[in-house]
Amino acid sequence: MLSLESLLETLKTGSGFWNPVVWVVAIAIIFLLVYILRGFGKKDYKKETGQTQAFLSGNPEYEKKELMHVKGSNVYWGFTETLKSVYDVLKKMHNGNASDYVLWFLIIMAVVFIFVGLI
Amino acid sequence: MIYNIPFIAVVVMIFIGLYAVVFRRNLIKMVIGITIIECGVNLFLITLGYREGGVAPIYTSLPKGTRYPSEMVLPVPQALTLTSIVIGVAVLALMLSLVMHIYKHYGTLDVRKIRRLKE
Amino acid sequence: MNLLDVLIQHSPPLIVAVPLLGAFLTPLVGRINEKVRNIFALVMISITGFFIALLASDVFTNGPRVYVFGAQNLTLPVVRVLFEVDSLSIFMAIVTFILAFVALVYSWSFMKENDGLDKYYTLVLLVVASTLGMELTGDIFNFFVFLEISCISSCALIAFWVHKGESLEAAFKYIVISSIGALFVLFAVGIFYAQYNALNIATLANVIQFTFLDKVALVLLVVVLGMKAGLVPMHMWLPDSYGEAPPSVTIVIIGATQASLYGVFRMCFTLYSGAFQNITISESTIGLIIIMLALLTILIGVLMALIQTDFRRLIGFVAVAEIGYIFLTIGVGLVTLHDPDMIEVGKTAMQGGIFHIINDCLDVGLLFLVAGAIYYATRETSLNEMSGLARNMRCTTIFFLIGLLAVSGIPPMNGFASKLLIYQSTYQLNPIISIIAILASIMLLAIFVKVFYSAFLGPKISKFENVKEVSKSMLIGMGVVSCIIIIFGLFPNIVIHYLVEPAVNALLNNAQYISVVLGGV
Repeated sequence: MLSLESLLETLKTGSGFWNPVVWVVAIAIIFLLVYILRGFGKKDYKKETGQTQAFLSGNPEYEKKELMHVKGSNVYWGFTETLKSVYDVLKKMHNGNASDYVLWFLIIMAVVFIFVGLI
Repeated sequence: MIYNIPFIAVVVMIFIGLYAVVFRRNLIKMVIGITIIECGVNLFLITLGYREGGVAPIYTSLPKGTRYPSEMVLPVPQALTLTSIVIGVAVLALMLSLVMHIYKHYGTLDVRKIRRLKE
Repeated sequence: MNLLDVLIQHSPPLIVAVPLLGAFLTPLVGRINEKVRNIFALVMISITGFFIALLASDVFTNGPRVYVFGAQNLTLPVVRVLFEVDSLSIFMAIVTFILAFVALVYSWSFMKENDGLDKYYTLVLLVVASTLGMELTGDIFNFFVFLEISCISSCALIAFWVHKGESLEAAFKYIVISSIGALFVLFAVGIFYAQYNALNIATLANVIQFTFLDKVALVLLVVVLGMKAGLVPMHMWLPDSYGEAPPSVTIVIIGATQASLYGVFRMCFTLYSGAFQNITISESTIGLIIIMLALLTILIGVLMALIQTDFRRLIGFVAVAEIGYIFLTIGVGLVTLHDPDMIEVGKTAMQGGIFHIINDCLDVGLLFLVAGAIYYATRETSLNEMSGLARNMRCTTIFFLIGLLAVSGIPPMNGFASKLLIYQSTYQLNPIISIIAILASIMLLAIFVKVFYSAFLGPKISKFENVKEVSKSMLIGMGVVSCIIIIFGLFPNIVIHYLVEPAVNALLNNAQYISVVLGGV
């Protein structure tokens, strides 16, 4: 039922094409090239100097390593600070009140009814 | 005109039910509102089957001289309504048992305070 | 006729009846032993899968199949309940079967220490039976009854952990929204019966005109089924419910949500297609409204997912965004299908949308299974408390990486194939749609990189010293889904040629759907 040619066919969209098997082969060749190029570099390093320490933008490294992990809710601080106006509106919309869920449903039904039924 | 009164009653009942769900704070009142909407929809189903001067749609005990099927009320909406009443009873039992458990955990029935899952 | 033909002829009701019978026999079998009950549930689902495979092989070669319950030749105009299975229905049934099988295998060891497991297996089989019923039926009141059954049993499953207050709150919000929606669907069914004296979808599609009452019914059906599928701004119950249900059950509830999406496809393209052919202005209106709501869904789903701290609630918002992609293709299909030079765009978009249904179920399902594995091993649900789990749970990390790549649409996973079809077809309608969709995919990658960093990377924490890898049945469940994801990603052409393209052709071929039921009359 499935011939080898149909397994290797490309997917044609309306304006382009995509062939995953060719892509996987290309990525494998590129990784191989990168690995060979990496082998041309120096292999030795000086131990116990600044080369083996992590760079923390000049901050000191703690003894208890657990305190250095950025918590999940602080990871994208810059993004959420910039879009604070959008997020305030969104957080007020999602207030968790069960009657508001039904109110949104009725508002959308009224709007769609005006557009479809009366125009 | 008098035959349109049940349809007006249907619309009024659905609006009363939606008002109780959206604008009332007590959980039990929201459940009662849903029951009123269900009663309104069942009334709509029964009413659309009515034919003027019709008799009950039972073949084996018709009064003398009635021509079937043109002088019977429609039997199919009655079957749909029975199914819907049974489903409504099951949903009502489930909702009330959930309200009982929520009262044990939250200590209140105010829908604006049962909002631990927000934003 | 040999045995196989008899089985194929009777398989539509058997597909719904076997899980139903299994659901009612499970408490009895559970009195014997626990393992026997688990095996019994798996056997029932496997029998259902066998019947689905038989019916699929028949429907893909011979066209739609009809099964009539009750009288067939009578002189009075009777209303017959019938199941009509065409290629789109059997495609959705295959999706439901895969999700149910993976959920049962996963919950063998996930729910092992819980109490009341008889009721759990009964409810899972009931949800599967009602979802399959919604997808196979050809009668609109039957659709309403199965919709109500699935809403009641899903609500009971969401509230399964009654010792936590949040599960009950999520279940209450779910049942309020679902029952109001289902009552409005019953109102629309009443409108159809009053006007046309028929309840079959094929009969209605033959005689429908676009009167004012039909417009009311269209608005009611599309808005309610969209709310059950998770269209913004009516989506707020979805992250609550998906975040509080036991994770092995969320994957079955995803199947129930996709059945409501199937309902929107069926109503817009089969029931109303006769009405849309005569009047083109109103059809473009509903298509444009669906496109705008879908773009809003994608943006709000992705933006809200970025700031969540609870793991499963975050995946719930991502599920909302993925539903937006499928609604986008419904809107594009409705707008372009009656324009002769854009009909190829519409068909490609719908192929992308229907392929995305199965991709979305598998990807989001895999992410929920990984979240369940983390909860089982560490009893933590908040992202602020987790760190450094990749040291102890290696297989789970690999499965999470596969899910991450698949959801964001990165080659060579299956998400890329369906999203490429959606991007390239919607670009030709209007470039802004495609730009917003690509931006949302990039933000999905950002969201899951955040989750990967905070949960799996990082230093070791002392309270996670004894965390071990999860047990075998959970790994088998996640492994099956990952294998299907990789296979669909490497060979998308086979899936589209054999599964998706017959479904789209059956959806657009309205005349064949009607003539199978009414052709003999």
